Amino acid sequence: MAYSEKVIDHYTHPRNVGTLDKAKKNVGTGLVGAPECGDVMRLQIEVDDNHVITDAKFKTFGCGSAIASSSLATEWLKGKTVDQAMEIDNMDIVEELALPPVKIHCSVLAEDAIKSAINDYRVKNGLEPIQLEKSHH
Amino acid sequence: MLELPIYLDNNATTPMDPRVLEAMLPYFTNKFGNAASRNHSFGWVAEEAVDYARGQAAKIIGANEKEIIFTSGATESNNLAIKGVFEMYQQKGNHIITVVTEHKCVLDSAHHIEKIGGKVTFLQVKPDGLIDLKELEDAITDKTILISVMYANNEIGVIQPVREISAIARKHGVLFHTDATQAVGKIPVDVNADGIDLLSFTGHKLYGPKGCGALYVRRKNPRVKVTAQIDGGGHERGMRSGTLNVPGIVGFGKACEIAMEEMATESVRLAALRDKLEKGVTVMEETYVNGNTENRLPHVSNVSFKYVEGEGLMMAMKDLAVSSGSACTSASLEPSYVLKSLGLNDDLAHSSIRFGLGRFTTEEEVDYAIEVTKKAVTHLRELSPLWEMFKEGIDLDSIEWAEH
Repeated sequence: MAYSEKVIDHYTHPRNVGTLDKAKKNVGTGLVGAPECGDVMRLQIEVDDNHVITDAKFKTFGCGSAIASSSLATEWLKGKTVDQAMEIDNMDIVEELALPPVKIHCSVLAEDAIKSAINDYRVKNGLEPIQLEKSHH
Repeated sequence: MLELPIYLDNNATTPMDPRVLEAMLPYFTNKFGNAASRNHSFGWVAEEAVDYARGQAAKIIGANEKEIIFTSGATESNNLAIKGVFEMYQQKGNHIITVVTEHKCVLDSAHHIEKIGGKVTFLQVKPDGLIDLKELEDAITDKTILISVMYANNEIGVIQPVREISAIARKHGVLFHTDATQAVGKIPVDVNADGIDLLSFTGHKLYGPKGCGALYVRRKNPRVKVTAQIDGGGHERGMRSGTLNVPGIVGFGKACEIAMEEMATESVRLAALRDKLEKGVTVMEETYVNGNTENRLPHVSNVSFKYVEGEGLMMAMKDLAVSSGSACTSASLEPSYVLKSLGLNDDLAHSSIRFGLGRFTTEEEVDYAIEVTKKAVTHLRELSPLWEMFKEGIDLDSIEWAEH
């Protein structure tokens, strides 16, 4: 199976690889997936006083499409407000990266990681976590 | 000059040796006859070529040429052996024994036996990939008619104790079939010394053409018969009908002859290259060789690079054609059942790479492969949250992972 050019680009030059200080109050961390499933994503956001995401970092254990999905997610997150970030749908990632059907779960995982990071940030800052519908598309 | 990409997937298939192609070519064009045409020279020429190839194929496994049934490949041979023995001997008993690490075509043939009223025991393997002989003997009942255990495994290369298995089979009057697809042409195989009653092998794993293989069926002590699975003109002593694939058979025979001639030196060369490769990549920490390393094929190495996912890794090992036990592409997301049966955790199975060296692999290619692999693993570990946790001393088993 051949990969799309965009997957290869993100895979070869992943954006925003790294770690934010998860102890900080304005950093939200999402860790999703499981080693047994062959995919683990950690996505982190740093949020300013206006609820704008100023930085995003990821690390991913997984196939090329999983790495590309999380790399793309960090690109999209930066500059968005937290509320805007909640709107990112896995199908947007599928479309942007031209993921084949067998790789859709990679985009689902990236969406889960975004929401999980946002909820971590919300809880840390005394806000209610947003109830997530189980996002299996 | 190093030519890219480099093919290191010789357990999947091998490139055809140019000497094999040369032997085959006339049988596509001017020597096109049907080997079953008994009344003119076109048929005689084809028949003569098939007989010669039958001798070559028999010789590499120490058999008589009358014991070779040509098939379309090892999948067909395995189907014919298992279903054919079951149908032929079901008056005697309905139980067969095989192993969980067999190739899918053996496992699925066994499942077919279950569907038509047979009973199958699937033996587990030890952590090194070998079966427990006592477990095998204990599984035999008075209804057992067949034991089918592969000679060498396609994913990890471990060689089963074939002689001990056949001794047990003989003692209990049970037939012994072995899928020797990965072994023939790589290590010495002798149906008499090894006590084998039926043996499957194929051309494209030993530098011959795809689409031609054989099933060895013992003729003496005991005389074995299988019920044909393809009916028709009664070719191949009535056990496999269909016009013979003369060019394929000629190539298969030639491939056997070359492999036999070169085996002694080639296996030493390949084992040295394999060891070099293994030594080169296992200098990295948290890197493990899977399966028994003493009884195994000379040309295959299966390595897990912990905290890195196999498919992602293959993508980074650009210009290297290898395979992985990871199954990120399959709908089930299940990693290799062979690696799992060794008791490997799923995450290690997801992190595995199979390197399969071959006749045309050079030392320069191996050196290149070592460097590319190390670079890829290092790159992906920098990207891996699991690697970071491991480096921070976090026990990954203590984390409650969300299944997805």
